Amino acid sequence: MASTGTEIKITQQIAAEHGLTAGEFARIQKILGRDPNITELGIFSVMWSEHCSYKSSRVHLKRLPTRGAHVVQGPGENAGVVDIGDGLVAVFKIESHNHPSFVEPFQGAATGVGGILRDIFTMGARPIAVLDSLRFGPTHAGPSAGNATPDEIARNRRIVDGVVRGIGFYGNCFGVPTVGGEAVFEPCYSNNPLVNALALGIAHKDELFFARARGEGNPVIYAGAKTGRDGIHGASLLASAEFSEESQQKRPNVQVGDPFMEKLLLEACLEAMRTGAVVAIQDMGAAGLTSSSAEMASRGGMGIEIELDRVPQRETGMTPYEMMLSESQERMLLVAERGRERHVFDVFHKWGLDAVQIGRVTTDGKLRVTHRGKVAAEIPAHALAEEGPRYERPIAKPSAANLDRSAASRGKPVEFAAEGTDLTPNFRKLLAAPSIASKHWITEQYDSMVRTNTRLGPGSGDAAVLRLKESKRALAIKTDGNGRWSFLSPRLGAMHAVAEAARNVACTGARPIAATNCLNFGNPEKPEVMWQFTEAIDGVAEACRVLETPITGGNVSFYNETLGNPIYPTPVLGVLGLLEDAGCALGSAFRNEGDAILLLDARQSAHSEDRQRAEFSSSEYAKTIHGIVAGAPPAIDLPAEKTLIGCLVALASEKAIASAHDLSDGGLAVALAECCFESADDSGACLSAEIELMGGSLFVSPGLQSGEHGPSGRATSSLDSSGASAPDELAAEYALFGERGARAIVSLSAASLARAAAIAAKYSCNVQRIGTVIRGAFRIQYNGTTAIRGEVSPLRKIWSESLAKALESA
Amino acid sequence: MKFGVVQFPGSNCDDDACHAIGSVIGEPVDLIWHQSENLSGYDAILLPGGFSYGDYLRTGAIARFSPVMRALERFANSGGLVLGVCNGFQILLEAGLLPGAMLRNQSLRFLCRQVHLRVEQTDTPFTCAAHRGQILKVPIAHMEGNYFCDAPTLAELERNRQILFRYARPDGTVDPRDRESNPNGSLDAIAGVCNRERNVAGLMPHPERAAESSLGSADGLVILRSMAESVARREAARVSA
Repeated sequence: MASTGTEIKITQQIAAEHGLTAGEFARIQKILGRDPNITELGIFSVMWSEHCSYKSSRVHLKRLPTRGAHVVQGPGENAGVVDIGDGLVAVFKIESHNHPSFVEPFQGAATGVGGILRDIFTMGARPIAVLDSLRFGPTHAGPSAGNATPDEIARNRRIVDGVVRGIGFYGNCFGVPTVGGEAVFEPCYSNNPLVNALALGIAHKDELFFARARGEGNPVIYAGAKTGRDGIHGASLLASAEFSEESQQKRPNVQVGDPFMEKLLLEACLEAMRTGAVVAIQDMGAAGLTSSSAEMASRGGMGIEIELDRVPQRETGMTPYEMMLSESQERMLLVAERGRERHVFDVFHKWGLDAVQIGRVTTDGKLRVTHRGKVAAEIPAHALAEEGPRYERPIAKPSAANLDRSAASRGKPVEFAAEGTDLTPNFRKLLAAPSIASKHWITEQYDSMVRTNTRLGPGSGDAAVLRLKESKRALAIKTDGNGRWSFLSPRLGAMHAVAEAARNVACTGARPIAATNCLNFGNPEKPEVMWQFTEAIDGVAEACRVLETPITGGNVSFYNETLGNPIYPTPVLGVLGLLEDAGCALGSAFRNEGDAILLLDARQSAHSEDRQRAEFSSSEYAKTIHGIVAGAPPAIDLPAEKTLIGCLVALASEKAIASAHDLSDGGLAVALAECCFESADDSGACLSAEIELMGGSLFVSPGLQSGEHGPSGRATSSLDSSGASAPDELAAEYALFGERGARAIVSLSAASLARAAAIAAKYSCNVQRIGTVIRGAFRIQYNGTTAIRGEVSPLRKIWSESLAKALESA
Repeated sequence: MKFGVVQFPGSNCDDDACHAIGSVIGEPVDLIWHQSENLSGYDAILLPGGFSYGDYLRTGAIARFSPVMRALERFANSGGLVLGVCNGFQILLEAGLLPGAMLRNQSLRFLCRQVHLRVEQTDTPFTCAAHRGQILKVPIAHMEGNYFCDAPTLAELERNRQILFRYARPDGTVDPRDRESNPNGSLDAIAGVCNRERNVAGLMPHPERAAESSLGSADGLVILRSMAESVARREAARVSA
């Protein structure tokens, strides 16, 4: 039994200071059959923290679909694993590092990247790509900045700068390309930025490693950086509580990253694994030595005994409590085969790293920690890892009034501009909106090409595409999530996040095969937040089921609140796709002057005008132009999304089209502009588009060339009967900037038109020719009137310089 | 013909260099561990990009003291071909095998993008397969690529025709003050130089990343091919002699 000796008596009060409730404390006493000592209390407090135990979310996460044809390993390991053929697997996961990135943006973001990379190579996979899904407060003044003060805007710029530098610092040195992600700006993230990092790796299917301790007497080996006092209680106190005025004082809880050390650890781990002497391995991330040892023991149904005196330390006089709770970075815990530990040591020493035996595997199921010959802690490993509290927290749908109060900015539904209004000025404003403007200022600070697999990097395609040197195939990957929509309807918002990521992946020609999710929410002890969470889970579950992208892992981040103001509920989805032939990968930019521009629209119906106004009020346009965040996200049609995905993949694999780009933020007009802007050649000259839209034809399926290749019966249904407006009454703003899903723009040569139409018809996907790729002015005509017109290069300048202008003044 | 690619613990473009040399141009290539002091049997050594020993101090400042660098100096002095790319270039500067030094990029930010290079000299083993004035599209990815040297050194570089590559516009014009075409602010838009003996060269852009057109450009191959060709020519000369 652990010595309590002269140590302080653990009281309810001390437990509360560790973030444990009275009920949780009583449960600890029951499990141990006695009072815990301070080290044990610390161990329980981190393992049962929200961050490590998922105590508020676990009962709900069960509803997510986790099985599928490609899934090798679902949630529960360090990362998800999917089969991609040729004996290879993709290993991927997304994780948040939100709180540390607010307290210390540079190190917070850097160690977020470091943490997710370790999760990947712990499984025996070499990381081949990182994506970052970022949410910041406003960096520009204007209607969409809400009530942000100049001070707040200045601080947001510093946060963006620090986060971007931190991500670059870590990934660039480690040698993994940062190939994509998103950066979105909303007032609610001002005091609570989101930094979600996704990493993707590749391994041979028969060379995967798992974190399951096996074999009594097998040595437990500590490898990597030395243990210091940094990051103590990072998981329990930083990630599992809201922020207050004093949060800056938590800076010492943020870890410090050393990407060079991580690079050594990567190479050493992969090389050690190849010796065949490694039985199990887990990184020391949140809750460091505690979680890695308890979880490996628990998963393997074994116990682990650790002698803390053997742990490499970079500070003197560390107590068992400090060593067990340290979150020093770049450390690994391995179980080796007894008698072959020398092979493991040799590899780590070759890379100049510490590797020492600190303990052994036992059969008693306990995590036993000794220090200076005394037992410092003794706890059943399973109780720590699996028997943490589970809460069915109260759930309450917020009343409309409540929603109103918590919103950063609200307003009445948008009134559409009069027919015939020149929309060019608003279009320019939209192109400059930080969430829409080019992100190259950010992405150029990341090495997006190292490892020479990046076929489509930042800005080139709707998703990043990485070729596989070992195979003809390629992988596509993208993150998406619309917090504003999730705020207005958590369920719909979550469904759109899945659908948009999957659609983006399909635009590159890849078939979406699996997903990972990062669920960023406020304080789960608030019933309204819990309602948002359960709604979002149901949305993700439904969309993933229909689109056949099972969830293979991810992370939940609660307590994203500062001074009681929660962020928008922000489910971020990462979707992985597989391209059978890397040579078929498609970018989003127009390719050739004279190509036809087609709008693919898998949706079956339009809405009434009220409904259009309601969904338009949730758009980027409404926010940017009118400062309105209201209404509801567009209705989602998952079968239509699936149709569109199938159609896009077929068009790409049959090489029938030259480019594909989905419609999302800013709608059709912005999507068209992006297809032009990204087409810029080396000298900066870009292609343009001449578009002619008829309101009435936007929801019907005229086929191509006078219906010659008309789609099948299912697709030809025009407007739904539920009080739809007459087609010609579609407001121009709605048609040009509306954000309904299940749509994409493709460009192709005239010679391919018939083939493309036949493929679209086969998939029952509506298609119509809306214009032509040209050189010259960018122009969109609507119902015979010019709605937008401008020279393409000044428009591109607005779009490409907006972010840099705001952020270079940081 | 045999290439060696040095692997410092923090090299991260070593695999890419091996891929470009081994799989793309099809020449034999080995990785050489940084502790190695023996470079016999190699015709050309490439110092790849990355962060050699973390580079927290100054890029390449520690790497120059590594065992392999002692061997590399002997190798270079005996006429072997040495190419430093990015961090490899920085190391060669620190080691004094090439003239000049690197400052931080003018923007003080890491910069990863495609740039255009103008080939300035073709009578070197690194550029002999190119033609003078040829424009190469090759990516950069660095934080410290702002080349600098003092005025006498610059004059000497010019006089000895040691400036091999300059950052240029796509049309081939060079303007050192233009941040678009000379993004890191390098003196005289210098992207790559060689030594007086013309057997040691370095450049900041990554030719190994411009080795397959499906990844954006294959223009970097001309540098690797030049090296292979000049070694082959040298071997042929030796045989016929």
